Formats: sequence, structure tokens, C-alpha cells
Amino acid sequence: MELLAQQVLNGLVTGSVYSLVALGLTLIYGTMQVPNFAHGQMFMLGAYIAYALVTAAGLNYWLAMLVAVAAIAVLGVVLERLVFRPLRHAPHLNSMIAALGLLLFLEAVAQNIWGEEFRHMESPYGGVASLFGLLVTGHRLILVGVAALLMTALMLFLTRTMAGSAIRATAQNPEGALLVGINPDRVAMSTFAISGALAAFAGVLIAPISLVYPAMGAMITLKAFVIVVLGGMGSVPGALAGGYLLAMAESLGGTYVSSAYQDLIAFVVLALVFTFKPTGLFKEAA
Amino acid sequence: MPPWGRFAPGVVLLVAAALPWLAPNEYYLQILTQGYVFAIAACGLNVIVGLAGQLSLAHSAFFGVGAYTMALLATEAGIPFWIGMPAGVLLCAALGWVIGSICLRSRGSYFAIFTLAVGIIIHLIILKWESLTHGHVGVIGIPGPAAIGPISFDSSMARSYLALLFLALTVLAVSRLVHSPVGRTLMAVRESEPLAAAVGLDVMAAKRLAFTLSAAIAGLAGALFAGFIGFLGPESSNVETTFNMLLYVVVGGLGSLSGPVTGTFIVYGLSQMLAVLQQYQMVIFGLALVLLILFMPKGLAGAVRRLAPALAKPR
Repeated sequence: MELLAQQVLNGLVTGSVYSLVALGLTLIYGTMQVPNFAHGQMFMLGAYIAYALVTAAGLNYWLAMLVAVAAIAVLGVVLERLVFRPLRHAPHLNSMIAALGLLLFLEAVAQNIWGEEFRHMESPYGGVASLFGLLVTGHRLILVGVAALLMTALMLFLTRTMAGSAIRATAQNPEGALLVGINPDRVAMSTFAISGALAAFAGVLIAPISLVYPAMGAMITLKAFVIVVLGGMGSVPGALAGGYLLAMAESLGGTYVSSAYQDLIAFVVLALVFTFKPTGLFKEAA
Repeated sequence: MPPWGRFAPGVVLLVAAALPWLAPNEYYLQILTQGYVFAIAACGLNVIVGLAGQLSLAHSAFFGVGAYTMALLATEAGIPFWIGMPAGVLLCAALGWVIGSICLRSRGSYFAIFTLAVGIIIHLIILKWESLTHGHVGVIGIPGPAAIGPISFDSSMARSYLALLFLALTVLAVSRLVHSPVGRTLMAVRESEPLAAAVGLDVMAAKRLAFTLSAAIAGLAGALFAGFIGFLGPESSNVETTFNMLLYVVVGGLGSLSGPVTGTFIVYGLSQMLAVLQQYQMVIFGLALVLLILFMPKGLAGAVRRLAPALAKPR
């Protein structure tokens, strides 16, 4: 019973990160129909920037997080302007290949700056707390809490503000959004900024728990794709729920079924979904 | 046909046949041979990505299956290269047919993500099925091709020409496909799949044939790779290998016949020759992929076609 509770807690921590990353991926897919294969690299770079600021410059963890998030949001905007916007009217294949190029480029840049070794980042909340008899580090609790706050803020932004509604409208019907006067360029730019920011938040939050290394983004992109396909490409609630679901399945499956093939679970699920529903589980929607 | 175009294939063949003689030493000869092998794999990727417009990210998985089939048949069962290699090709074709039948029902991004997942599953199976594939250790001591009559393939020179022969056969096969009705259908699918289906073309059959051929060619390249190098690790089947091959094809020119070959020689050649490049290799490659897609989406073949129409081969 205690093992089960511990695994559920682990699932909650991983799920928070999965959901944040998948939300960014689904927003970009929803508004621009681009599968951003380089999304995990923004997650990775966010973690590295915060790591550098905390260890080299001695910055406070939260300040470092904000700087990293701002930097990656700007990176997202730059990538949109320089790479994805010019390709918007090119064949779909081209933007997918460009995203793959960015994946290789960003990962190689990180590898050249910080090297291949695994880096450890201290959390200011390293202490152990006791929660209903379960031992858990303070950082994990903070991670789950901050992630929940961010998701709530995102939902409020998407439903209660004009800018958020413009993103949802574009995802539902690009031509219709254009007709009612929504500027597609501005939507694309804000979507990339938000998506980058969410990825960076996730990266900085998980950095003290897992280690920081150049390849940390590759696997999470793949997991995020699985989540987005399960929850519906472009669906925000789908990405939210899917992240927690996949993390729980992995955490419990890894404990009770097989830990050697834990990473395989996600991809087998994805292949099964596509085998029986070639267009994904849900219709594309915002 | 422009006067130059007629001679182009012959000239290319002559240059290719001369290259092994020009290699200054054994090391370069081996790089050249591997270049031919990767060019074969790139031609296979070009069939599904360049001709049919479907971004398959499972290509290196088929490369791995072909390589491991040949290698394991030889080391575990003592089956010679000349039987193991075709066996690998056939297995890849069969797998390609089955996987293609399933994956190709998804389109666009879904197809890319689906094949990415399939590629990773196959790679993880190769990596984790230690009792069969020896996992991280890989397969060592793989025997190369045995002599056929008086022709022995023990020397690097002979292996180089053998690889070149298979490359020529591959290009010939792809060329036959391009100029066949199925090839026309594939190009129609690439431009607009709904339109191609609307005029009554059997879109699924054409795409499946392209995927099967692409997988079989990858298997051939894999088997040659294993037989020539003599050892084989699981990294041959990982996704990065697919990305490399994609870069070869994009540099040379997506959808062009000669593109994958020239692209492989430029990118693979440069990465092997310039030691300076090693550290920044992926920085440059990644950036090159993005810049090419932005400014030269048809690669070198497209640039040549635009700048010197007389030199280019007509479609």
C-alpha cells in the first residue's frame, strides 16, 4: 500500500512535468499544425540556463527560473519568426524537417557549451517533508504545486482574455479567425512564446530532481507526442489529463510489470492508438 | 532532351568507377565504401520522403533489421553473407509491407509521429533483447561476403566495387519506379493526396509499394554495412541515424534521382575528412538542415536545375 502511494506520488511529479511540456506542444500543433520536434530542446535549454545562473552566478532559484523562462519564450518567438513563419505556406513536409533540424542544432549547441556530462542542480527545498506518512522532498511538493498553478493560469488566460481566445479561435478554425480580424502572425508569436515558457518552467522545475544533460529533451518530446496524440492533437484539456495519465501508467507499470521496458510503454500505447484510430483518439480541437 | 543530359549518367558512372582508384590509402577506401553504403540507404529514404512526400522516421530501424539479420544469421547459424543479405532484405520488405499498411493510414504529422514511435520500438527491441542481439555489446566477428568463383571480396578495393555495384542497382531500381505509373502516382500524392485519390489513383497501394521498397533498400544497406565493417552495434538503428540520412537526402535534393548520392558524398565525406568538424558537426548539420529547407528546399539538385538548365536531367 505504501509502495503504491509512493508510486502515485512519483506519477504526480512526473505527470506535472509531462503535462506542462505536452501543453506547449499541443498549443503549437493546434494553432499552426506544426509538430514541433524541437520542443524538448527548449525544455532542456531552460533547465541549463537556470542551472548556469544558479551555480555560476549564484542567483536565487526562483529568479533563475524567471530568467530562463523569459529567455526560452524569446527563443520561441525567434524560431517562429525566422523559421516557422516563412515555411507556413510551404509544403507541410518542410516545416517538419526544419523542426528536426532545430532539434539537432539546439541539442548540439547545449552539448558544445556544457559538455555531455550529467549536471546536478541544488534545490533550495532539499529538506524532506512528511505527508500522510509518506516521505517526500520539499521540492517535489513545490513542483506539483507550481505546475498546478501554471496550468490554472494558462486555462484562465485561454478562456478569460482576448489574446487567449484568439489562440483558441485560430486552433478551431484558422480561416474563421482571420475573417473576424484575428492577426494570425500575432497568434503564432504568442503561442510560441507561451509554449517555450511552459517548456522552460517544466525544465527548471524538474532539474533538481532529475539531472541536467543535453539529451534530456529528446525523450520528453517523444513522451509529449504520445500524450498529445492520446489527448487529441491541439486539445488543451487532453494534454493536461494525458500527461498525468501517462506518468501514472509508467510509474505503476514500471513497478508492477517491467522496469526494463518502462520506456517502451508509451510508444506501444501510441502505436496501438494509431493502429486502430489512424487520426488519433479525438478529433482535433482546441 | 538537352545535349548534356544524355551523357550525365555515363559521366557519373565513370567518375564513380574511378573513385576507388583515386583513394590515397586503405582508410579513405573504407570511408568511400561506407559512403556508397549510406548512399544506398539515403536512396531508400528518398523513395518514401522525396517521391511520396511521407516523412518516415523509421528508416534506420529497417537499416538495423537488415544489418542484424545478416550478422546474426552468419555468427549464430553460420549462414553465409550471400544468403543472409537477401534474407535481411526480404525480412525488411515484409516488415515494410506490414508496417506500411498500418502506418500509412495516418497522414502528415500523424504518419511522422507514428513512424518515429515504430522506429524507437524496433530500436529498443534490438537494444534490450540481449539474448538475441547482445544488447549494447553488439555483434562482433561478422564474416564478409565470400568469393564468387574467381572473384574474391577480401580486399577493400573489391568491397568498394561491390558496394558501388549495389548502389548502381539501387539507383536503377528507383529510376524505374520514378518513370513507372506508380512513380507518377507517388508524385501526385506528394503534391496533393486528396486530388490524387479523387482522380481515381490507388493512393494506398502506391504509398505501400514506396514504403516497402524504401524498407528493403534500407535493409540492403544495413546488411552490406554489417558484412563490410565486421561488427555491429545497436546505435546503427537509432533515430539519429535516420536524421543523418535525412540530411543527406535534403542536401542532395529531395525527390531527385542523383540527390541522395551526391548529398551523402558531400555530408558524409566532409564529416569524415575534416577532423575540425567533429566537435561542431551536429551544430553545423542541424543549422544546415534548417537553412536548406528555408532557402534551398530542393537541395543541390534543385539549385543545379535552376542555375544550369542545360546540365540538368529533365524530369
